[in-house]
Amino acid sequence: MQVDKELDARGLNCPLPILKTKKSLADMVTGQVLRVVSTDCGSVKDMQAFSNQTGNELLSTTEAAGEYVFLLKKK
Amino acid sequence: MKKMAIIATKGTLDMAYPPFILASTAAALGYDVQVFFTFYGLQLLRRDLSDVKISPLANPAMPMPVPMPVFVQMLPGMETMATMMMKDKLKKKGVASLEELRSLCLEADVKFIACQMTVDLFDFEKSDFIDNIEYGGAATFMEFAGDTDICLFI
Repeated sequence: MQVDKELDARGLNCPLPILKTKKSLADMVTGQVLRVVSTDCGSVKDMQAFSNQTGNELLSTTEAAGEYVFLLKKK
Repeated sequence: MKKMAIIATKGTLDMAYPPFILASTAAALGYDVQVFFTFYGLQLLRRDLSDVKISPLANPAMPMPVPMPVFVQMLPGMETMATMMMKDKLKKKGVASLEELRSLCLEADVKFIACQMTVDLFDFEKSDFIDNIEYGGAATFMEFAGDTDICLFI
């Protein structure tokens, strides 16, 4: 999967991972993929909710060693 | 577009977070958001937020590192100490500062309305408050709140 932009949200807590995700998506174009890395376990549910409400598709969520990696496709 | 209105009435550190967290998040989710700051909530619009503090007094559920009797909580400096400890904890856990959340709200076009009556009541100077806010009353709030999907009193 080609990733067009990366967001390092490690160490940030609610609601910062979502707010930074929103900001990162702002200057991307439709179809581009954003990769977000977070250490906030609450962001798993929140990222899905963000996707559901904004229409930016959550392509995948993976967890490894306490880090959560999200791939989001810009609407 | 969905809309959310919040009335922020409290000026303590713990009660300052919910309005700013919910407003910034709702804006990120595409909501049109307005927050009406009244009574002590108006303190959250000051340029300088250092007076926004937390006290263990009358806050019995506040987790404390050591059990602290009420008469100790009343001692001078306890409020300042509790505030320092709480701010330190927030920072360590990666929670944004109030200043940062407030800026994120403004960046996301959240509209802040300061209660004019409260400004008059406490003889506040408008120059003490941040720019980019409006001043209004209950009717101003109702005009927006009457047509919202979510309306909260905090």
